[in-house]
Amino acid sequence: MSSEKEPLFSAKNLKLITTPLGTQNPITIQVLGICSALAVTAKLEPAIVMAISVTFVTVFANLVISLLRNTIPARIRIIVQLVIVAALVIIVDQVLQAFAYEVSKQLSVFVGLIITNCIIMGRLEAFALGNKPWPSVLDGIGNGAGYGMILIIVAFFRELFGSGTLTLPGLGTLQIIPQFMYDLGYVNNGFMILPPMALVVVGIIIWVQRSRNKELLES
Amino acid sequence: MDRQGNTYTFLYASVMVIVVAAILAFLSQSLKPIQTKNAEVAKKIDILKSVNIESTAKDAEAKYEKFIGDNAYVINKKGERLDAVAFNVDLAKELKKSDAERGYPVYECKLEDGSTKYILPVRGKGLWGPIWGYVSLNEDKNTVYGATFGHKGETPGLGAEIEKEAFQKPFVGKTIFEGDKLVSIEVTKAGQSEGNIHAVDGISGGTITSRGVQAMLQDCLSGYESFLKN
Repeated sequence: MSSEKEPLFSAKNLKLITTPLGTQNPITIQVLGICSALAVTAKLEPAIVMAISVTFVTVFANLVISLLRNTIPARIRIIVQLVIVAALVIIVDQVLQAFAYEVSKQLSVFVGLIITNCIIMGRLEAFALGNKPWPSVLDGIGNGAGYGMILIIVAFFRELFGSGTLTLPGLGTLQIIPQFMYDLGYVNNGFMILPPMALVVVGIIIWVQRSRNKELLES
Repeated sequence: MDRQGNTYTFLYASVMVIVVAAILAFLSQSLKPIQTKNAEVAKKIDILKSVNIESTAKDAEAKYEKFIGDNAYVINKKGERLDAVAFNVDLAKELKKSDAERGYPVYECKLEDGSTKYILPVRGKGLWGPIWGYVSLNEDKNTVYGATFGHKGETPGLGAEIEKEAFQKPFVGKTIFEGDKLVSIEVTKAGQSEGNIHAVDGISGGTITSRGVQAMLQDCLSGYESFLKN
């Protein structure tokens, strides 16, 4: 074992953040966490809050599990992971209810359902249980960001074409499609607000990504 | 200690659960006051909306104080005032009690033009869960001045349309009494309420939610009947 210390942002560590954004994206490549991606992307603001919440949970769940990894009894490791994820999710829920009440009403049950988001348990099992705390934190940031990025892209298009607006935290709802367009006969596409369109938009993102990166194609 | 043994596993699980429970209990207790406050403000925004006063989380408290303030009371089915604070009455709990014990909150709103409106909360069942709302009446206690509805989980685009202005606006100007009889407001099939002073259009595709609104108005307003007749 080398006693040399690895730099905090070595190439290997940075890769932990960048691969989930692209070639190992949790939503478009691993197809995890789709359910919440469909549910909270009708408006931009809940999508951004959801992205931040999930990133918070993946980062801290990865950190805690990685710190405890040598003490956790193998037979109850899934239960331990669940308890820690559930506790973090309740913290997120309580904080949202106190400081972002409107958003917490919009997200309603989906905050609680972060617990069942496959990305989180997947990263705990696949990464945090076998790696040191710092790489685990980076892995959490990467996967949270990879998930959040897709959520925000989907929400951007759904809100723009479904409602003609963009809702940003702190700025409120901004009218993007100008009134004269409506006067000329432009109509919002109501279908964009319904969950099936989220699936279609995710599908289009997957299509674009795979056609740009041939390595991702399955033969 | 043997890390795979039963004793270690039990101890580990117990300690973990106690630590996590303590952290969560502490957090919940310390955030409780802020959360309660948020819920109260949201309720005030809803109440004000039924008399067409738009407010935000920032100015709802001040506007509520200005237009309603302490002008709210609780009555029973006979129309007698009860000794309770209207704002703290949870209609969901009241509706589970027997008729005689039930308290119905009334908010009196003094608008800027000097007129008084009576705001009555209503609550009922939609297709998937509870629906609720506030109906405001003119001084004659008969003509609807405004109505606002909310829901927990009605279908977006169908039943959930009850929280949209397009559904709520037609309530304005409708009357709930036919002579001496309380007829409430009927929610008809879309397009069939024209010319009927006691009916509004329902939502196509949201039939059960529309019927829920009708039943909710009928049930809850009948509790106010004695009060409204005086």
